[in-house]
Amino acid sequence: MTNQPNNDLKSRLLADFRNSEERMNGASKSALHQIRREALNRFDRLGFPTVKHEEWKYTNVNSLIKEVFEFNAPSAITLEDLAQLESSQLNGNVLYFVNGQYQPQLSKIVSPADQLSISTLSEAVKNTPDLLNRYFAKYADFQDNAFTALNTAFASEGVVIHVPAHTTVEAPTILRFISDARQMNVASQPRNLFIVDQNAEVKVAESFRTLGDQASFTNVVTEIVVAEDARMEYYKIQNESDMAYHIGTTQVYQQDRSHFYSATVTLDGGFIRNNLNIALDGSNCEAHMYGLYFPNGRQHIDNHTLVDHRKPNSHSNELYKGILEDRSTGVFNGKIFVRQDAQKTNAYQSCKNVVLSNDATMNTKPQLEIFADDVKCSHGTTTGKLNEEALFYLQSRGIPKTEAQSLLMFAFAEDVIKKIKIDPLREQLERRIQAKLAR
Amino acid sequence: MLTISNLQASIGSKEILKGINLEVKPGEVHAIMGPNGSGKSTLASVLAGREDYDVTGGSVLFEGKDLLEMAPENRAAEGIFLAFQYPVEIPGVSTTNFLKTAMNEIRKYRGLDPLDAVQFLKLMKEKMKLVNIDQSLLSRSLNEGFSGGEKKRNEIFQMAMLEPKLAILDETDSGLDIDALRIVAEGVNQLRSPERATIVVTHYQRLLDYIVPDYVHVLYKGRIVKSGPKELAFELEEKGYDWIKAEVETV
Repeated sequence: MTNQPNNDLKSRLLADFRNSEERMNGASKSALHQIRREALNRFDRLGFPTVKHEEWKYTNVNSLIKEVFEFNAPSAITLEDLAQLESSQLNGNVLYFVNGQYQPQLSKIVSPADQLSISTLSEAVKNTPDLLNRYFAKYADFQDNAFTALNTAFASEGVVIHVPAHTTVEAPTILRFISDARQMNVASQPRNLFIVDQNAEVKVAESFRTLGDQASFTNVVTEIVVAEDARMEYYKIQNESDMAYHIGTTQVYQQDRSHFYSATVTLDGGFIRNNLNIALDGSNCEAHMYGLYFPNGRQHIDNHTLVDHRKPNSHSNELYKGILEDRSTGVFNGKIFVRQDAQKTNAYQSCKNVVLSNDATMNTKPQLEIFADDVKCSHGTTTGKLNEEALFYLQSRGIPKTEAQSLLMFAFAEDVIKKIKIDPLREQLERRIQAKLAR
Repeated sequence: MLTISNLQASIGSKEILKGINLEVKPGEVHAIMGPNGSGKSTLASVLAGREDYDVTGGSVLFEGKDLLEMAPENRAAEGIFLAFQYPVEIPGVSTTNFLKTAMNEIRKYRGLDPLDAVQFLKLMKEKMKLVNIDQSLLSRSLNEGFSGGEKKRNEIFQMAMLEPKLAILDETDSGLDIDALRIVAEGVNQLRSPERATIVVTHYQRLLDYIVPDYVHVLYKGRIVKSGPKELAFELEEKGYDWIKAEVETV
């Protein structure tokens, strides 16, 4: 163990792990727990990343690891408390987690069990151990990522979804993760696993919200397997407080002819790092990644994406857009690997940013590593101010400057928002964006 | 209606307008002609309120109000319309949507109630016929992927919708074939009335075959160096601008 200033949070976590292990009795021998222990050892070796780490160059976790958090703190959340979050009313499966703990009294599952098997991670450990042994921690790499290692070591709650082969699940599923930071600093580490079997289809959204003004830390890992001919829509919506820290990894594994659509929308959040990693381990796959981030104040939003083309004839397409205000900072790091076997790959990446203030900063870094010779790849990033000419055009027709700015920014954001196919979710986001623009 | 007195404007340190005087009365059509770089488009832009230009002297009164003090949106609300030489492409904003916002902002400025969807659509249908523009074009992103002719027709369509008191057409003929030119000109002519005035900025005389002006002014090196009746335009077409340049240089 090295003597870095980040030892406080780290040593507390290591001690927590060992304490809980002592209370486990026989369960500590389980396969799942062996993975946890391995992940913990890995976390111990890695430690929290510093800005010297290439992947963390612009995202400094120093202030996060200085905080003291209560993990999985109890919360007396009520329906009235939830009402103030003004969440969209969704006709589908809704699962609530507060400070990492499942809230059955707030949740509802409407899809029939033969269409969609949905359970909490703790239930799945008991009821479907074979499924977990087969998929759990097989995709999200914890060897190089300290936060994924940490999440894996402490993985105890989250959602496991299994869509059986040849099943189209009509009703969307939304997982609502709420940090109740009204009383104290709170932390949670949700761990999700979605398996979409052959020729099945499902829509899942993850939403992250905060109640209260204390600090919160969410370290989430989601593993997704999209089997042959399966289709998945995946949305990650973040609307957290300025005191929220969020580190998340979504690891996607795609097989032949599968389609994966995703949109990651960050409306608010003090300190956010999203990793979206997609392994295209099949031919004729499609992966679509859209992102929108909208930081203001001193918010920091970092999106790292990785697309790994392993097999021939697949297509990936990526569009991330940002609007940055005040003293906010943004990071976009988009990596595309095209391996030697992945001939006839099409890979597109684009990142467009509007920076509204001289004090805001956007760092963009596209990375293409291509080892096949017959591929089509392109990438481009733009960072600039709002189009002055367009602004004048709208004003010259009678639209006041602030309205004209809102109109242009909304149009800019709408490009990504319209990709969200769960209507109530999209409409709610549109309202929130309008409200943030009008501020 | 419009009184321009000794108007001077520059961009950066470059002086472009060096003292423009012009009086436009209701019902009149004024053509501003001149060689490239004489300041025609600058004049149009300064009147509409483009911020790139610094007004360094002179005044502009519109119906007795100081136009230069007003933000571009207020000039529009007072009744000024600029048809752009290069209409801007705005992805994600449809003509219909933006025009409804514009109309209702203008109505708000004038103390009128907003138009509801039905009233707006009815008006739109009526004005679409005027410039022979298609509904599908108006539902698309503003000017995005439009041909040159479609962009200019869209400008005139917007003008028809907003019914300005003073329309300023900045090189509306540039990039148009003869059929598009005729459609655009007809649109403008149908909006002519004793209460409204038009300033047509153009390099060539051909637009003036269709939009017949009451007065023609020649702008050269930032000043109006010659004014006359519509026949002046024919003379320019025939003889070019060199004789005017020569006249100015000898003075």
